[in-house]
Amino acid sequence: MHIPDGILSPAVWTAATAASALVLAGSVRHSKRTLEHRAVPVMGAMAAFIFASQMVNFPLLGAATSGHLIGGALSAILFGFWPATLIMTTVVAIQAIVFQDGGITALGANVFLMAIAAPAVATLVHKALKSFRVPMAVSGFVAAWCSVVAVSIVGAALLAWSGVIGFAPAAASLLFWHAFIGIGEGLITAVVIPFALRSSFHFAAKEGLGA
Amino acid sequence: MTKRNVAWWLVVAFVVAGGVSLLASSHPDGFEKAGEETGYIHTATNLLSSPLPDYSVPGIDSWLSSSLAGIVGVALTFGVFMALSRVLARKSSR
Repeated sequence: MHIPDGILSPAVWTAATAASALVLAGSVRHSKRTLEHRAVPVMGAMAAFIFASQMVNFPLLGAATSGHLIGGALSAILFGFWPATLIMTTVVAIQAIVFQDGGITALGANVFLMAIAAPAVATLVHKALKSFRVPMAVSGFVAAWCSVVAVSIVGAALLAWSGVIGFAPAAASLLFWHAFIGIGEGLITAVVIPFALRSSFHFAAKEGLGA
Repeated sequence: MTKRNVAWWLVVAFVVAGGVSLLASSHPDGFEKAGEETGYIHTATNLLSSPLPDYSVPGIDSWLSSSLAGIVGVALTFGVFMALSRVLARKSSR
């Protein structure tokens, strides 16, 4: 889900950049209030782990297609929405600037999709499921799957708004592939969360799950 | 305790980025595939030339290229996040 340069219209990538900047300003304010110094290395390690995991594209359906983890759900479930935006923005920005993965004009849109929408949806779904006492592995899987599918719909909306393609065909195609990619996201998320919680990641942010 | 945990996660990240990533599928991802199906991917360009384009080190032509790029990426991600967040974080009340 890394949008390259040249696809989104200037109006759309400018708007997406503005929206992302607004949310990130909120993240900065939030972390100045609640982020503790000793939590920073723990979150940094998760940022590094998510960067690494995103490099591992897994093949899909033998259909000459692949997918990779986003990590928005993983970081949101462990640390809460606001810290997750900072973790994911770091990853997405480094990918664009250093590795040419995702366009520089599309950076705001990619941040909006992977660093804001994905953690937001995962947080909402996970909180809802938690109140029904759904086991952690299950709610982690479902929240992660939903985050990927939601991001593909928002991505389709950005494409449609840019006028490059209609919303329906874009959503149909993106949804189809990301419904499968979401399964990978869900499995990785469900498997990694227990390890992360056991290695004292939980203290890093109070909105995160804790043990 | 926390320090050791952080170190372990970094080791895992280095192994995944520098080793496991060599097994990654090179097929187009979901976004590119959808773009091929519906046509929107054809206007894609690159406006910024990056130091390590497509997770490879220019001039190196083996598996080492992407392995090194992955290792640099992990170190950079950790370092940049630490640098940014230390400024944002408040002193521990411990």
